[in-house]
Amino acid sequence: MNRKKIQVLSIPYVIWIIGFTVIPLLFVFAKAVTSPQGAFTAGNLIAIFDPVHRKALFLSIELAFISSILCILISYPVALILRSSKIRNKKIILFVMILPMWMNFILRILAIQMLISKNGLINHFLSLLGLGKISIINTEAAIIIGMVYDYLPYMLLPVLNCVLAIPDDIIEASKDLGANRFTVLTKILIPLSLSGIGSGITMVFVPSMTEFVIANILGGGKIMLLGNVIEQEFSVTMNWNLGSGLSVTLMIFVLLTTLISGRTVSETDKGFVI
Amino acid sequence: MSKKLIELKNISKSFGSTLVLDELNLYIRENEFVTLLGPSGCGKTTILRIIGGFETPDVGSVFFDGEDITKLPPNQRQLNTVFQKYALFSHMTVADNIAFGLRIKKKSSSYIEEKIKYALDLVNLPGYENRMPDSLSGGQQQRIAIARAIVNEPKVLLLDEPLGALDLKLRQEMQYELIRLKNELGITFIYVTHDQEEALTMSDTIVVMNQGYIQQIGTPESIYNEPTNAFVADFIGESNIIDGIMLKDRLVQIGGVSFECVDTGFGINEPVDVVIRPEDVELKDPEGGMTTGTVTSIIFKGVHYEIQVESAIGINFMVQTTQNFPIGCHVGISVIPDNFQIMHKPQSEDEEIMSAEDYSAGNAV
Amino acid sequence: MIGKILGKTYVGIVMLFLYAPIMVLIALSFNASRSRVLWTGFTLKWYTALFHSNAIMKAFGTTMALAFLSAAIASVIGLLAALAIYSMKRRDYKIMLFFTNIPLLNADIVTGIALMLWFVRFLPLGFSSVLMAHITFNIPYVILCILPKLETMDIRQFEAARDLGANSAYAFTRIMIPDLIPGILAGFFMAVTMSMDDFVITYFTKGAGVNTLSTLIYGEIRKGIKPEMYALSSVLFLLVLIILIVVNLLTGSEYKNSERR
Repeated sequence: MNRKKIQVLSIPYVIWIIGFTVIPLLFVFAKAVTSPQGAFTAGNLIAIFDPVHRKALFLSIELAFISSILCILISYPVALILRSSKIRNKKIILFVMILPMWMNFILRILAIQMLISKNGLINHFLSLLGLGKISIINTEAAIIIGMVYDYLPYMLLPVLNCVLAIPDDIIEASKDLGANRFTVLTKILIPLSLSGIGSGITMVFVPSMTEFVIANILGGGKIMLLGNVIEQEFSVTMNWNLGSGLSVTLMIFVLLTTLISGRTVSETDKGFVI
Repeated sequence: MSKKLIELKNISKSFGSTLVLDELNLYIRENEFVTLLGPSGCGKTTILRIIGGFETPDVGSVFFDGEDITKLPPNQRQLNTVFQKYALFSHMTVADNIAFGLRIKKKSSSYIEEKIKYALDLVNLPGYENRMPDSLSGGQQQRIAIARAIVNEPKVLLLDEPLGALDLKLRQEMQYELIRLKNELGITFIYVTHDQEEALTMSDTIVVMNQGYIQQIGTPESIYNEPTNAFVADFIGESNIIDGIMLKDRLVQIGGVSFECVDTGFGINEPVDVVIRPEDVELKDPEGGMTTGTVTSIIFKGVHYEIQVESAIGINFMVQTTQNFPIGCHVGISVIPDNFQIMHKPQSEDEEIMSAEDYSAGNAV
Repeated sequence: MIGKILGKTYVGIVMLFLYAPIMVLIALSFNASRSRVLWTGFTLKWYTALFHSNAIMKAFGTTMALAFLSAAIASVIGLLAALAIYSMKRRDYKIMLFFTNIPLLNADIVTGIALMLWFVRFLPLGFSSVLMAHITFNIPYVILCILPKLETMDIRQFEAARDLGANSAYAFTRIMIPDLIPGILAGFFMAVTMSMDDFVITYFTKGAGVNTLSTLIYGEIRKGIKPEMYALSSVLFLLVLIILIVVNLLTGSEYKNSERR
């Protein structure tokens, strides 16, 4: 079979891309730059500077940033501990750690909600111990917990893969040249695992920033992220043009994040591990 | 003789249930080029890693310059390693790789710069400061790994099969390069390889190892010419190893025929291994030989021919000679008494081990 | 030594954080009382209730139909596309991968909105619109499962088959396809899980009346959770677990094959 003949096989996919990826996105752009009456306007894009929207955007970025940092802080020590442990089949541990990633997304939030709600299990135990109740449900902290819980496996996977792949002799070489454990960490391990941390950030930051479900369930519908604002424009206020304008803004931020973290999510990072 | 710089005393090491080193003793003198030679799994790399501080022996001690360093971590030892697969830091330039150890020691930047230049000149790669390791060939990476180690002015350089990944021609070039480096630097090299040619070319002293035991220690010449047992004879160069019986001092019987030799001190009628190097077997007219034979194969090897001769005494000899003897040719075979190497036959594995221990305990390097 | 223990404890705590919520959910599905904190005895009544609830069973059927149908269609389109992309020159290859990455990298909410805006033009929102949306985000996963297999595949075996007299179609179906089967299956099951897991895109493209398990649970959470939902969660968890084990067994046997080769 020559190349030309084989390339004919891509026709259904090309049609699909045009019909279900390109055209729909063009529709978002078209809606974004028109008013509900159909006239051209930049208002829907400028709307992000409206105090309410701006606040939602900043909050989205802030919570996504905090969640990403927390995910790194939790994941990296796990990677280092697994690296130095003598366990033979580290892949199994990695598999078990990212297994919750395959659990239904809504279920995971439901589980968290059940634990941290006012009459939830954590508060029940705290009161059994005679300690006061905590009230984190419906706060930003609750949303962060939800995001970290939901997206931690997406950080664990690339970070663990990357750290475990660093060859032992590189570490030995640096020790041989006089490096102590701290220098090995800062000069060798971290620089060599930046690519894993980078794709981890993309995989945690982007969904956290565009999130509205976690905020709806754990934030009690009172804390508005940019995702919530957009969702409301489509399902409650029914201003699709404004919703599209804000979506375009959101896309720009997603694009910026991906560019800053310097890489696209590679297929291996999300693939089956074993 | 210069002083002992490194001393391994009574070292044992197991990985899981496999005993890799068993009560090994070895010392290495200053400014020597010592090669640990043996097949894979013989424990040579483990010795190197114990000296480098990457493994701790289960039993025994390591002394460096008279000081016990058994428990000292690698970053505090005055020696540096050149790793098998180079282990260059792929995220750093060549200059940063070389400067790594010096920066940890907080040397001044002018000193570091000078050292980088000196080291790159020494390994014949001047001007490579800003290259990334990925952009270098295997041979170049190896030179950078050496440069990175020697700028720290170690008293000992440990080299773990450093030429293993290079092709033949490059390997030969690097051998000369390493000898030159050793002479210029005037430090001790401990070199690990399974390649006997490398060992013979470069070393002052060779330590032949097998299954965790030292088989023989000596100069390349003595190891080649006077192997102490059949393993060494077989591992170093090619050999005819033949069953024989030592009739008495200076007389050995092979295939029912008696030959004169120079060895003494064996028991009367003791079964022995007789080792004859292929280049020591002379082929001549059928009348002139000590026995006769027929050529069964001949292969041209460049410098010499490799000939298989089926002898009248029922033994197949491998012969290396510059003369051409066609297949089927009837020849005389002779070996001068000096070229018979007579060795005790190991009765069992244990005995082989016992004799190896004797060497390791007794032989001076 | 202390470091080792601390290390193990730390990994243990992270594991607990990841698994405790799910385990609690499963435990509650067997709890006789409606309480979320008091254990009053073992029961299977929530599971029976589950199978007697029309809404849940209907959503379950929709979810499964969506998952397997979208995965199957995506696998066919994706396999053909992967073969074509593999044979493309560098520039075209990059263009195709760029478009393949869009649904993966774009925010789900934007993908959902975009598809919804487009679908309402010509199609009442319902099962078929959700199906098309799921196919859209599933194709990239299929392609990205198959393409690496193609790239590591030894093209010489194809040439060897040709050399031994096979025509290209025969060599392709007998030599290349069997080698790709693990990749295709991995892509298929990945698509199944992705489809079952999706909430956001379904939420925007489903219209009224159609519910998947995800959207059903979402609606229930806002009203207050009934214990049937815990039972449903446990069933879903088990289902995904089974799929994952099957997939890993499939890819596992592939490793054994490659060792033999």
